[in-house]
This record gives sequence, structure tokens and C-alpha cells, in this order.
Amino acid sequence: MREPLIFEKSRRGRRGCSLPEYDVDEENLEKLIPKKYLRQSGLGLPQVSEPDVVRHFVRLSQQNMGVDTNFYPLGSCTMKYNPKVNEGIANLPGFTRVHPYQPQVGVQGTLRVLYEMEKLLCEISGMDSVSLQPAAGAHGELTSLMMIKAYYEDKKEHRDTVLVPDSAHGTNPSSSHLCGFRVIEVKSNKDGEIDLNDLMGKMSKRVAALMLTLPNTLGLFERNILEVSKIIHDKGGFLYLDGANLNALLGIVKPSDLGIDIMHFNLHKTFSTPHGGGGPGSGPVGVKGRLAVYLPVPTIKKDKKGYYLNYGRAKSIGKVRSFYGNIEVIIKAYCYLRSLGKEGLKKISHNAVLNANYLMKRLKKYFYLPYNQPCMHEFVLSAVDGKMKDVRALDIAKRLLDFGFHPPTIYFPLIVKEALMIEPTETESKETLDAFVSSMIQIRKEIKEDPSVIRQAPHNLSIGRLDEVKAAKELKLRWEEKESGD
Amino acid sequence: MTSYIPNTEEDQKEMLKEIGVKFIEELFNSIPQNLRLKTDLNLPSSLSEMELVNELKGLSGKNANLDEYVSFLGAGSYDHFIPALVDHLSDRSEFYTSYTPYQAEASQGFLQATYEYQSLICQLFRMDICNASLYEGATALAEAVILAHSVNHGTKVLVAKTLHPEYRQVLTTYIKKTLDLSIIEIDYENGVTDLTKLEEKISKDASCVVIQNPNFFGCLEKVNEIEEITHQVGSLYIVSVDPISLGLLIPPGDYNADIAVGEGQALGCKLNFGGPYLGIFTSKRKFLRKMPGRMVGETTDKKGRRGFVLTLQTREQHIRRERATSNICTNQALNALRAAIYLSTLGEEGLAQVANLCLQKSHYAAKRIYQIPGFEPTFTSPFFKEFAVRCSISPHKINKLLWNNKILGGFDLGRSYPELENSLLFSVTEKRTREEIDKLTLLLGDIA
Repeated sequence: MREPLIFEKSRRGRRGCSLPEYDVDEENLEKLIPKKYLRQSGLGLPQVSEPDVVRHFVRLSQQNMGVDTNFYPLGSCTMKYNPKVNEGIANLPGFTRVHPYQPQVGVQGTLRVLYEMEKLLCEISGMDSVSLQPAAGAHGELTSLMMIKAYYEDKKEHRDTVLVPDSAHGTNPSSSHLCGFRVIEVKSNKDGEIDLNDLMGKMSKRVAALMLTLPNTLGLFERNILEVSKIIHDKGGFLYLDGANLNALLGIVKPSDLGIDIMHFNLHKTFSTPHGGGGPGSGPVGVKGRLAVYLPVPTIKKDKKGYYLNYGRAKSIGKVRSFYGNIEVIIKAYCYLRSLGKEGLKKISHNAVLNANYLMKRLKKYFYLPYNQPCMHEFVLSAVDGKMKDVRALDIAKRLLDFGFHPPTIYFPLIVKEALMIEPTETESKETLDAFVSSMIQIRKEIKEDPSVIRQAPHNLSIGRLDEVKAAKELKLRWEEKESGD
Repeated sequence: MTSYIPNTEEDQKEMLKEIGVKFIEELFNSIPQNLRLKTDLNLPSSLSEMELVNELKGLSGKNANLDEYVSFLGAGSYDHFIPALVDHLSDRSEFYTSYTPYQAEASQGFLQATYEYQSLICQLFRMDICNASLYEGATALAEAVILAHSVNHGTKVLVAKTLHPEYRQVLTTYIKKTLDLSIIEIDYENGVTDLTKLEEKISKDASCVVIQNPNFFGCLEKVNEIEEITHQVGSLYIVSVDPISLGLLIPPGDYNADIAVGEGQALGCKLNFGGPYLGIFTSKRKFLRKMPGRMVGETTDKKGRRGFVLTLQTREQHIRRERATSNICTNQALNALRAAIYLSTLGEEGLAQVANLCLQKSHYAAKRIYQIPGFEPTFTSPFFKEFAVRCSISPHKINKLLWNNKILGGFDLGRSYPELENSLLFSVTEKRTREEIDKLTLLLGDIA
């Protein structure tokens, strides 16, 4: 059954929480504040009892797939298990009940976590300094590009271009554009890697950086990474790493050894913090030496007296958000890294890559694999192979829902038509992967025998396929009073 | 093997056999051998769950937390009451272990909750549309200024000096490194934006006027007069508001704001030493197609049942790439969910009561403090839940003494406003009791 909107449950006079009586003398409102500053209308908020609220949101939660309920192989998003101990720790009052402006002597625990987290990320990446402030990967990209811009402004070099491979995440060109750069796309070769000739042709002294994802969004490592790095560095550009896919590389390679000058991490992907239905994430930025002076303020320092926030940085790009970062998320990622330690980290990447290759090997017998070579942590199938009877990737995605699986990513990479980008992660068992394969085989069979089943999917959920065209046409983006039933 | 990895050695062997290789390392052959690490990373050894909890509990104990200290500190981050059910509901792991609802049918719960969030905020703000959330208050404001520029291409931005200092810093970083507009700060008079100065500085090339209400000093801006001045020259009117205050104060839609943003932390989100918080973003409907971030819209399935989807995705980076309206991808969905639960729980009466409790208690506190010799109002403009106090002794000394008595004192305004070097900004929420306020005034009296 569909759950009504909370507004539709509203009945005059109900309330969802109790508040204390006034323990100070209540003054007449208009004595304290002139009438013109006061609200003249009601708030328009619902009036519901506490049990109403609870049942409403519990029911909504039941209409939602998460990693804790279903296999969620959403490519490029690294939907791994979110360890519960980290939730518990981050929710300790000693961490949550802390004001961002309270005296630093009273925040030594959190500051130490942040300080050590920076060091852990430096060791994993080989970067010299890290800022934990960016709130998400795209925010990390923007912060990095601002730093690169500041660097060239300082050097009085006019560089107005950022190179982005055609397989890149959409945030790369979008962040570059927001930062005022011209975006030039670099082509992939037939193996799905950067086309070195194309790169050489497009690299010039106007180029500030190449934004690279490693492994790329096809799940492939750029085998010519050192040549790529040389082409960029020879002309004085920076090599930027979009760290969204770092789950394949932990303890295997250090980005600094590949020539990476600056990068962001996605703590909500690689380091197991929950994705929260779309956020909060955390997108720390790491840099090699010459960019360090541009990092946002404040940075975290340590002296004899303890840990402190350091604002005294003349060349810093400034602040990129209020306060210091998505601290709660960072604490969870820190817990994850401490749990794994040096022994566990490499096993993460080993098993992530093993699971992906196993799944790919089994699925490629049934589906078209445009880039047919061993993958890293993810791989991309295509629903376009002539035999698919006009079944689209979207249809396969919707049919998977009927079998109890969250679908793969289908919106990119743009260089694969009708892409199904599959990232199983290391936290899934062989049995789960096998069950997923069985469902995909069943779907392949249905495509052959009765494709309308696929095109009409899903069939087994509380709702059928939703009309996105209608949503975009009617643009009903909020509840409004007049439609209320009572 | 860590407990987070199910594969046994047996599983691994079977899987490797299916793949057709002998060792896991062979799967990494595309990485040139000379680039691969020869030794383990220099990291601490792994910890068991018990060891981890012990160590982190120890660290959390090194923080002073506001269950033990009484807070009169606000300045953009507030110790408001959070009903127990907010944690219980947002901790449902069907919610928090999901991601951006690209596949709507699998995510109806979160999509509907986000639609309700958008609706609740629109109601409270009396604005037309609201997005699914941005990172936090300061970046939401920066996005508002970017939107305004994309509408009218004005070359300068007028910013009230009474806007949160960190928001002004973030705005400066964003604007200098993205659009390169000139930022002109408008001075204040008696704690609120000086209208004469605003009129002097404004001109047709001003893209927008940015204010905060209640402003950083807690004072109420002359929102209607500023609206007139702003719209007279055709600039856009951007306001950053405290959502709690709207339980009582005139909402931005009622004074014709074009874009209204705000920090949503006060709506059921924890202090967390500054994050994750919630960037609220609302605007007039005419800016719909320029809206940054995600939006949820209503639709139906084939059987006509109501459902919800991400809509207008062609504005977004994963479709439009460099032509997107913003680069935002991951937002603060879980904080928006908390805000939706909070607003549903407090509801029509509750939120108004919270706002009035803040107002009454802060005015009680102000009255008591101003009675102490050596403490006087920095400003006399009307205020909501924060007020500035000029002190005859150094704020640093006062806060130190309060801290020793387990009280978190006010924000030292001299940190951000050199001209206010002896002023403290106190914040009083509904959580503060008369007893706590009296203890504060008693201690202040002792120092004076």
C-alpha cells in the first residue's frame, strides 16, 4: 500500500512532541519585536501525533532498498557494507555534542582524529598534505581546481583549460566549468584507455590539469599512466586524480608514484561511510608539496600543547565551507581504517577486484562486454548487441528490482551505449554474486522469449515503473494546501 | 580476513578458477609491475571491534561535550532540542545505507521523504520551490549568488557585513575563483544593515543583494526596506535565514526574496563540531531550471498510483556535464531527512513554541545581563535568539571563567569584527533553563 504524504495525515490539534512550559515570564510578543517583523500567517506544517510520525517514516523506510537490505552493485559508487561499530562510535556524545567554536582545549579528541586521518590518507595516497574539509567528491574537485587556479595566478601563467577523458564522471567537466575553465574532452582508444595521440594533440601550455579517474569508469587501469603523466608534466600541467575508484588500489599502488599531483578521496565510497540516501559524504583533497600552501583554511596542526586549527596561511584559497568538514563522516572513515589497519587494507582491494572479475567472467557469457579484458573493481556491460530486441539498459535495471537487486549504474560512462556499470565490492559473498548471475541469466532468457516482461518491469514492488516524462512536464515539486483532502 | 569480507580461501580458489587465473595478484597485471608497492603501507595494525571502541571512547572523552557543559554559544551552529524519534527514524538502515535514488522504484521511501522535505521547507519559508539539499549554509549561499549571476549577469555582489563572517569568506573564495565578480560589503548601523550605505553602493550592475536574517548579531534586518532598494534597480534579493526563527518571524517569501537559503542544522541535526549540516535552498519558481542540485517531483506509474522521481535531471552534471547548473552530486540527503522528521514532529504548534521559547529566554537573559554593571547592549535593534553584549573586561577572560564553571560562553565578536573587540554574542535556545541563565548572570556579576 502506498503511504500518504505526512500533510495528508494532519489533523488539527495533534502534536508530535512535548515542550517545557515557560520558566521565564512570558512577555508580550509585540513588546519584544515590532509587528512588521513577525510572521502573519500560520506555518503550514502538519499536525500529527508522535506515533503517526514514527509509523509514517518507518513505512517509508520499508519502501527503500539499501546496502543492508539488498545487493547494491551501483557502479562507481562503491556500495560496500557500512560497519555498525563506526555508527556507534560517531554517535558518542563526546563527538556529536561538540560546538564548532568551543575552545580548542575542549576538542582535543576530535582534532586528534582529524590530524591522524590526514596522516592515514597521506600514507595511502603518497600525497604530502590533506584537507578534510570538502563535503563531497564534487566539492573536493572544485576545491582542487581552485587551488590549481591560484597556483597559476601566482605564477602568472595563463592556463584556462582542463582536459577530461570522455569516460570521466560528469562532475569533472562540471566542476571545471564552475571554476571558470574551458573543458576539452580527451578520447578513449579501442581498449577503453586514454588515447595518447589525442592527449598529446590537446595538451598545451594553456592546459592547467588533466582530471583522471583511476581505474577509469570502465573499471580499467590506465596502463600508460606514466606516459600520460609525462605528457601533462612536460607542458607544466597538473595531473588530478578523481579518487572515486580508489577501492581497487588500496595498498596496491600509491597515486603519488603514478605522477598524481592532486586528488580527492570519497570517504563515503572507499572508506565505508554510509551514503545516506545521497549524502552526507566527504571528499578530502590531497596534494603534493608545491600545492600545499593553497589548501583551504584552517589546517590542523600539532604542537607541544596539543592539536589546533591553523588559520595563518597567506596563500590559502580561503574557506570552502563553514566550519571544518563533515566531521561525523570523517570519524566513521577513521574507525574503518583503524579496524582494517595495514593488514586489512590490501585485502579490501584484492577481494573487490576478485569479486568484480568473477562476476564479469560469469556474465560475459550472456551479455555483451564491450571492453573484454580483466577488470579492476568494476566492469561495464552493454545492452546493445543486436540480439536484445530493443531492450534497454533501463529495462534490465527495472527487471532486476523484481529479483531483489538494486540495479547497476546506467547513466554513464557515456562511451558505452546502454551501459550497465557493475561494482560488486568486497563485502558481497560468492552466493550473492551467484544469485545475481542467476537473475541476469533469467533476464537474458526473458529478453529472448518475452521481452515485454522486461519492458514493463518492475512487477513485484509496491509501485510500477514511474513516468519520468510526466514528472518533468508537470513539475509538481511540493505539496500544496489546496490538494488536501479535508 | 576481516569480518567485513565474506570470501573464504575456498571461495577465492573457486572464483579464481572460474576466472582462469591462479593468484589474486594476477588480476592486477594491468598495473605496471614497477608501480606496485613492494611492502605494506606504513599504517597502524588492525584493531578488533573492542579495541577500536575502547580507543575511540577514550578520544571522545577528551572532548568537552554539551551534555556536560551548558552552551550559550551559537554563531551559526545551535544547541536546539532534538526529539528522540529523529535519531530512531533516520537511523533506519534502509534509509542511511541507500544512495542517490537514480532508480526511483527502489527508493520510493527516500524520494517521498525528500518531497516532503521540499514541501515542509517551502511552507515554512513561503517560497515556491526548494531543492533536495546542498552541503551547508555557506555553500548554499554561494550557489545562490552564482544562480543570480546566471540570471542577470550583474558584475557586482552587495553583501551585508552582518552576514556570518565565515559565509562571507566562503562566498569570497567561490566568487573570486569562479565568476570573478566584485564583492562590496555594506556596513551596519546599530547591528543592522545601514540602508543609506546600501542605497549609496547599489546600482544597476549589482547582480544581487545578500543579507542574513536574523543576522549574525542576532538582530532583525529591515527586510522590507532592503527589498525595495534591491528591486528598484532590478537586482536579486538573496536572504540567508535561521529556519527556527520562521516559527515566529516573517518568512522570506513574504518580503519578496528571490532566493532564500539557510543553514538547516537547527532542524534536528547534531552539532558534530560543524558538520555534516544541511544547506537549504529555495527560490521563486521562475528560477526552476537554473536550480542547483537535485529535485524530487511527483508522478504516477502505469496504474495511476502516485510515486516520486528525481526530476529535471537535465540540469545536472551526470547528464549535462560542463553545462550543468551546478557540480553538486552527493548532497546532504540524510540531514534533509532529519529536517523532514523534525519539522513533522514539531509541527504547526511545536515550531512556533520553540521559536517563542528562544525569543522569551534570550530576552530574559539579555535583560538580566544588561542589569549587571560593566555589561551593556552592543546594539539596541530587535533581536531573536542571539544578542551582543559589550563588556568592560576582556571577553577572553570572561569565557575562560565561564568555561571553568562548565559554561560555554558567547562568541567573541572581536575575532571577526575588530571594531567590536569587547563584545560577546550570546545565544539562548529553548534548551536553556532559567536556572542556567541565572547561573550565567551570577558568574558574570562576580567577574564585573
